[in-house]
Amino acid sequence: MSPRLVPGRDDRVGRNDVPVRISFDGDPVEGIDGQTIAGVLLGSGRQTWRTGVSGGARGVFCGIGVCFDCLVTVNEERDVRACRRRARDGDDVRTQSRAEDAR
Amino acid sequence: MNRTRIVVLGAGVVGSACARELAAGGFEVVVVDRHRPAGATTAHGEGNVLVSDKADGPELRLARLSRRLWPEVLAELDADIEWDPKGGIVVATTDAGASDLAAFAAGQRAAGVTAEPLDPADLAAAEPHLTREVAAAYHYPEDAQVQPVAAATALLSAAIEAGTTLRTGCEVTGAITRGGRITGVRTSQGDVRADAVVNAAGPWSGEVSAALGAPVDVRPRRGEVLVTTPLPPTVFHKVYDADYVGAVGSSDAALQTSAVVESTRGGTLLLGSSRRQVGFDDRMRPHVLSAIASRALRLFPGLAGVPVMRAYGGFRPYVPDHLPLIGEDPRIPGLWHSTGHEGAGIGLSVGTARVLHDLISGRAPEIDAEPFRVDRPAVLTEGGAR
Repeated sequence: MSPRLVPGRDDRVGRNDVPVRISFDGDPVEGIDGQTIAGVLLGSGRQTWRTGVSGGARGVFCGIGVCFDCLVTVNEERDVRACRRRARDGDDVRTQSRAEDAR
Repeated sequence: MNRTRIVVLGAGVVGSACARELAAGGFEVVVVDRHRPAGATTAHGEGNVLVSDKADGPELRLARLSRRLWPEVLAELDADIEWDPKGGIVVATTDAGASDLAAFAAGQRAAGVTAEPLDPADLAAAEPHLTREVAAAYHYPEDAQVQPVAAATALLSAAIEAGTTLRTGCEVTGAITRGGRITGVRTSQGDVRADAVVNAAGPWSGEVSAALGAPVDVRPRRGEVLVTTPLPPTVFHKVYDADYVGAVGSSDAALQTSAVVESTRGGTLLLGSSRRQVGFDDRMRPHVLSAIASRALRLFPGLAGVPVMRAYGGFRPYVPDHLPLIGEDPRIPGLWHSTGHEGAGIGLSVGTARVLHDLISGRAPEIDAEPFRVDRPAVLTEGGAR
């Protein structure tokens, strides 16, 4: 098994990928329908999108909804776990920080 | 050569503080822990260093001594430990609660605690997200928070620097005595010789003391804390409902919850508190977490919709008369107890260590330690631990 995404046309199970388009901090990002937001971001080469207290970079750590390291704001909803939210066409995904006056 | 050897049972914050203090005082110290340092009660609290929740009395005097010592101790430790003298705000949400809180604060002020009443405008400025449905509020600028695991391990490291030996994974199974006096402990790793033994096993102090043949009535009292996702600055002090003081002081075995809300440096909020007597049953109970959350929402309605990313729980060392034990056991000379701080052990640890050191050395402590003596009816139990 390859650790990299097998393009649909090369996949022997005959996968028919449907693209999904989201925006990430205003930039258009394309993924495959069915991927989580974290999946789309990782697929686009983005590995980190938060900063920890120590200043260290944060992104997907556990990938199963436990660690809360991959939090993003989705369509103005804060604290969404990117690894648990399926990407939908048109999702407006934004990085978040504690500096915002979001509350 | 031939220094007095003290074996400290328990490498939590209290045992670590005692080890540091005793090692600095020239004793040869061995710390024994059944598991690992700062792994149990110390790791499952909020890091309270509070004066606000204690009425005038012996525990307040111990708290004030500890509060004064903490910055001095931290300055001596070779570590960068999160210490946040954020202050506490205690609010009463009912008129009856307001008059109780005013009387409580007046007693504390007479004892030297700074407790400033906040009018609604001051309160809104200090905690803009707090409910406006508040009947009375007091600010306690002396309240602080310390990262408890970092503090405990730094205290232990300082003790080790001063020559202390640490033995982990080492369970105490009995006492070695000669002529009624303790001369060592039997452990899962063999006998450890001692001139004196300090029981600092927190909620397990009852079991340890029973194994040593001198049972004291220290029981586990379960508590849980919820942790939210990191938020923009929302809560600026340790904010709690005045009914917390009643919950701490109660002896009811059934579930009690009281709102205690504060932030951490990482931006998460810690939501407490609960108290249950369920032995060492560490199962998470959804109704307890739900009760804690709803209490917190009454104080901070804006938290509705904020995700709780995890919850943790632990055991406090509870003594039926709500006072710590600091002193020598009347039944076995050479056995000392330094335990029973319930939910205040982090804050009280450094003062407790100082008092214990004075008592072991035959000096009069700075505060009267008589109320903490082991020879009192609530503490000495017949037979073994429950």
